[in-house]
Amino acid sequence: MKGFAVTAQMERLKISNVSLTYPGLHSNEAVVALRGVNLTIESGEFIVALGASGCGKTTLLNLLAGFMSPTEGEITLGDKRVEGPGADRGVVFQKHALLPWLNVIDNTEFGLKLQGVPKAQRRERAVRNLALVGLQDFHNHMIYHLSGGMQQRVGVARALTCDPAMLLMDEPMAALDALTRESIQELLLRVWEHTHKMFFFITHSVEEALFLGSRLIVMSPRPGRITHTYELDFNRRFLADGNARAIKSSPDFIQMRETVLGIIYGDELQVSQELAHA
Amino acid sequence: MPRARPVRAGRVYGAPGEGYSGHISLITALILIGLWFLVTEAGWVKPLFLPSPVAVYNKFVVAWTDGVANSTLWEHTWASLKRVFGAFLLACVTAIPIGIMMGVSRIARGLFDPIIEFYRPLPPLAYLPLVIIWLGIGEFPKIFLIYLAIFAPMAIAARAGVKSVSIEQIHAAYAMGGTRGQIIRHVIVKAALPEIFTGMRIGIGVGWTTLVAAEMIAADRGLGFMVLNSAQFLDSAAVVMGIIVIGLFAFAFDLVVRYMERVMIPWKGKV
Repeated sequence: MKGFAVTAQMERLKISNVSLTYPGLHSNEAVVALRGVNLTIESGEFIVALGASGCGKTTLLNLLAGFMSPTEGEITLGDKRVEGPGADRGVVFQKHALLPWLNVIDNTEFGLKLQGVPKAQRRERAVRNLALVGLQDFHNHMIYHLSGGMQQRVGVARALTCDPAMLLMDEPMAALDALTRESIQELLLRVWEHTHKMFFFITHSVEEALFLGSRLIVMSPRPGRITHTYELDFNRRFLADGNARAIKSSPDFIQMRETVLGIIYGDELQVSQELAHA
Repeated sequence: MPRARPVRAGRVYGAPGEGYSGHISLITALILIGLWFLVTEAGWVKPLFLPSPVAVYNKFVVAWTDGVANSTLWEHTWASLKRVFGAFLLACVTAIPIGIMMGVSRIARGLFDPIIEFYRPLPPLAYLPLVIIWLGIGEFPKIFLIYLAIFAPMAIAARAGVKSVSIEQIHAAYAMGGTRGQIIRHVIVKAALPEIFTGMRIGIGVGWTTLVAAEMIAADRGLGFMVLNSAQFLDSAAVVMGIIVIGLFAFAFDLVVRYMERVMIPWKGKV
């Protein structure tokens, strides 16, 4: 992880008054997935989005990635308006989405190949990013011979190799076991510290959200919107002393966890009651 | 209902159809050949209806050396191989790209879907007269008839293969700066390869089944012609011999494609 300069990216991502409505078959069936979302992400921030199902977290990520366009409002990265997917925003998916006909290193340099970067250069960058996620000894392994955790690490290395300003992650650890999850959380924080990129991370786990995020946004459904925002420093504390368990069992962490859980359970309860009366 | 038997160590309980079956197939083949010997040697069936294995073998030797139906067996085989593989290669370079286009483009799908779906269920013998009227009785109409029969299943398989790419794989490629053309070439076509291979296996099989029909078109050589010609002389031994030769070639080629499949798409069934 030593020996190369971190690219200074003083980009800023701005979500201004974004709404998204899924049109139904009839006008009364339209679903408002997001309404009036405002959020500014500075470079080097680790944003974690948390919320009850249906709160629009994945919709928000798809808008950031450019896989969807907002019905109202706009998203800008630096001085560019986001109008579709692009190499300045890397995406890591819930299920790995790697290409099974390529080995680990070819998967990692695939984005640069699409961009027409010369072989030697893209190989060098892939090697560097695989080392960053601890896969320096697995270059020639096939994807389907790797464990789920390793596949997701390749996914992270692949996204980083395109050197995006922002890394978008949609529950990348949802399918992993608890131990792998914890080790990848720690890995992700070290990658974040090292690359200083904007991270936007969706999760269902309150503990994961608190541990990873430098800012936590809590979203509520119907319509999807940001209801609470918390500045956090648990990730900094971990990067300073490396003791994840101590942080996750500290009184302020637990107190924070209960607060956030309270909000989300409240939303879930409200949704199920509305559904029951509908 | 009885429950599944407990499995041997290292095997998965209840997995349908687990285990090696090659030796059972070998026994099936041996029993069938044994029965063939039995019923013909015992004289239960007249040679006209089922010639004995020995008669078929003798016919094979005669065909190989002196020839039947005016050509040696190798000349018949070579003529047929050229037709089947010519049609197969032609189908590979047209049906696979068209199938992929149908998978990725609304317009191509709209254009080709009615054509393929209309003629696909028609028996080649039904449009054989038209092919002769349009294209005459040379070598090309024979290849074209086989080609038509192979085209539909291969195009349909390629089109279905496009669907086996996941939207996440496509999104990931776009998010790494890929263009639509690159994504079709580097992601969609690769993801479709397993289905394309299945289409090729089905296609070549269909090609052999259409061979006899194709060689009804004024052929003077070919395995299908040899069978038809021998049938007119009630030479059952030559008919059975021709059937066996066609079957062996079709089976051998299927093995080759299956081997290529294992080498070229080792990820099949693992993702």
